[in-house]
Amino acid sequence: MTTPVEHERTQVEPTGAETAAEDRPWQTVVWNDPVNLMSYVTYVFQKLFGFSRDRATKLMLDVHHKGKAIVTSGTKDKVEADVAKLHAAGLWATMQKSS
Amino acid sequence: MRRWIRDGDQVVGRLDRQEAAVVRGLVSQIQDMLLARAEEAPQDELAELTGIRTGPSTAPDDPILGRLLPDFHRLDPDAPDPAEVDSAAALRSLHEPELLDAKTGAAEVVLSTCAPDGGEIRLRIDQAEAWLSSLNDVRLALGTALDVTEDMPEELPPEDPRSPHLGVYHWLTWVQDTLVDAMMQ
Repeated sequence: MTTPVEHERTQVEPTGAETAAEDRPWQTVVWNDPVNLMSYVTYVFQKLFGFSRDRATKLMLDVHHKGKAIVTSGTKDKVEADVAKLHAAGLWATMQKSS
Repeated sequence: MRRWIRDGDQVVGRLDRQEAAVVRGLVSQIQDMLLARAEEAPQDELAELTGIRTGPSTAPDDPILGRLLPDFHRLDPDAPDPAEVDSAAALRSLHEPELLDAKTGAAEVVLSTCAPDGGEIRLRIDQAEAWLSSLNDVRLALGTALDVTEDMPEELPPEDPRSPHLGVYHWLTWVQDTLVDAMMQ
């Protein structure tokens, strides 16, 4: 992800890791890419999934620093719909079975 | 362009004539690419009968369209899992028509709210959301064409053929970022 050239960068350490419950067989993964803006990705997570600013920011930073983050999990239908919404917003998202 | 500002339930910005021409030109080009892709969708009698549209099952060859219309699974380019290949094809075919509608619709909102001569742009929140999606699509397309990286410099050496276009890319980044700021206020 990126920030505008003159934009001040915020440094927040990512904490914790997403865990998948056994009753959530599918996961929505968002991958890092060099174009999407950190501010925009945070905004999209808040708007599409109703996450708090803090949670959306943490997930965005996971994508940025670790290369990917699991943003939602659940049934195949739910995760498929989440990936479709992320694609409409222009994020690079895929779905995978929970391991 | 001054930065976007929030005005109650609206967002307000201003583009001069040249800036409006850049935005409209790029948004139109992306919209045309997406509409051309939509025309490639298979036509069959069953789809006409049921009203359920199906899109192509294979990803676009063009890298820009490929970035705008990603696969639903991350496939290993060397040894893709055959079950995932089948699933990705089915999911693309099912979802691509609505994704193309969403993207071309967002582009249409920009073209209908950004006057060719520029001037003040006053957007409802739903229109501002369409602007964000559409500006993002334009940046994804330009970013793919220019092969941008995370640590892309503000300017490239003048002999680099990408140099003049990078300025447009960075300007669009700023326009999008200030629109996000205004939306989050």
